[in-house]
Amino acid sequence: MALDAIAGGLRRVGRGTINTVTRLGFAGRFFLAVLLNSPAAFRRIQLTLREIYFAGALSLVIILVSGLFVGMVLALQGYEVLTRYGANESLGVLVALSLVRELGPVVAGLLFASRAGSAITAEIGLMKTTEQLSAMEMMAVDPLARVVAPRFWGGLVSMPLLTALFSTLGIFGAYLVGVKLIGIDSGAFWGNMQAAVDFRRDIVNGVIKSVVFGFAVSIIAVFEGYDARPTAEGVSTATTRTVVVSSLAILALDFVLTVFMFRGIGV
Amino acid sequence: MPDASVDPTCPTDIAVSLRGVVYGYDRRRPILKGIDMTIPRGKLVAIMGSSGSGKTTILRLIGGQLRPQSGVVTVAGREVPKLERDELFALRRRIGMLFQFGALFTDMTVFENIAFPLREHTQLPSDLIRDLVLMKLNAVGLRGAARLRPSELSGGMARRVALARAIALDPMLVMYDEPFAGLDPISLGIVGQLIRRLNDALGITSVIVTHDIYESLKIVDYIYFVSDGRIVAEGTPDVVRASSDLFVRQFVDGAPDGPVPFHYPATPLVEEFARGA
Repeated sequence: MALDAIAGGLRRVGRGTINTVTRLGFAGRFFLAVLLNSPAAFRRIQLTLREIYFAGALSLVIILVSGLFVGMVLALQGYEVLTRYGANESLGVLVALSLVRELGPVVAGLLFASRAGSAITAEIGLMKTTEQLSAMEMMAVDPLARVVAPRFWGGLVSMPLLTALFSTLGIFGAYLVGVKLIGIDSGAFWGNMQAAVDFRRDIVNGVIKSVVFGFAVSIIAVFEGYDARPTAEGVSTATTRTVVVSSLAILALDFVLTVFMFRGIGV
Repeated sequence: MPDASVDPTCPTDIAVSLRGVVYGYDRRRPILKGIDMTIPRGKLVAIMGSSGSGKTTILRLIGGQLRPQSGVVTVAGREVPKLERDELFALRRRIGMLFQFGALFTDMTVFENIAFPLREHTQLPSDLIRDLVLMKLNAVGLRGAARLRPSELSGGMARRVALARAIALDPMLVMYDEPFAGLDPISLGIVGQLIRRLNDALGITSVIVTHDIYESLKIVDYIYFVSDGRIVAEGTPDVVRASSDLFVRQFVDGAPDGPVPFHYPATPLVEEFARGA
């Protein structure tokens, strides 16, 4: 009996490993196929523009409101700590660096995965379930070029733009709390921020992060949708997996990118 | 002409041919165990059989969405599994397919659904596409529904729109996957007559996968019965009506038990109960 249980356990581990490796291999081939089909999608740019609208423009409300509140809370918390060290005029620096380097890309990425990533997966998954993708194939239209590639690029383009808006609204929220509510000098708030935030080291690195997160969320979302089991349960599982895997990928990638970006500069 | 590669006439007398086709989604459980089938040009042929007998799989093999594990699938003289991707897509432009529940694109209107293949494969000016789409819709009696969304259509209307989309590029072959499933008797009759009329008027070849024996007997030229992955009977509607074959009789008479058993394979009931005692 004990041997059977061990053998059963080993079999499950083996099966799980084989499935994971198979899925990874399939995901790699899928990504290559999306890239190969991208020129066809670019030739009809209105398809990608439409997806930028759905993934980007329709995510604006949650991104802008979240950015504003994160900035306001950051200002309240930051002011409380900075006052202890008599450095409350550095509030603008603290908020701007936190948002541009970390919170902007990461929080916007997590929100983007929940709002747009899940919608992309559900849409493609339901198109598969209702045989719309098969119908397209039978009409000699490749769903990778017509459905998947525009959504991938739409997500990839939207994410950095949303991150920029998130950080901008965050800084504005901090301004409202720090300058208008608490009464920090406006010149010190903006002046210190301008002096301390470096374009190459802070802003460009933040943009790089947002592009990487946009890539991760978009490819995971389209892959999970395309690979979903064509049932109600399959689409639901795929949508959940998009949010979970994307969120974990963002956090892991953020750590790796931060290690490479800020090593050796004493940060 | 919508496209140079689209020709409503099939160049060969045999539109579709399957020889010794074996297929299974995994190798241990074959769904098709050696299918032989010939579909002549211009004919309306039904493939019948109980649910899960592999009928839809046959359509997917003909359309090149699946490759057989062994055997030969030929459409218009071309061996489908051997075609390169571009050749397969060129062939598919000459094949229309109606999916079980229509598979209409839910983010488009009825008009846009039918215009879709025309816009994808032709460079026709928009006013000509408009005329063509309205002609196809008129053929299925739904010109007035052009601006509706698929969610606003009844099951029968959705099936007719999908039929109009399937013939948008004037194909040589149209495949219908369960075109009668879930339709009320009036819609069912309309769809059946449309399939027959379009087949004759456009000179196309049609393959219907269905389990609706009564509607099929009214409209088709020939019937293949599939069971357990094999062709178990075949013939014209008159031959089928007069047949004494047990499988055909069970199908025509709608008997719950017969060569197709009522019970899914299981251990005998006595054994099952004894195990629990």
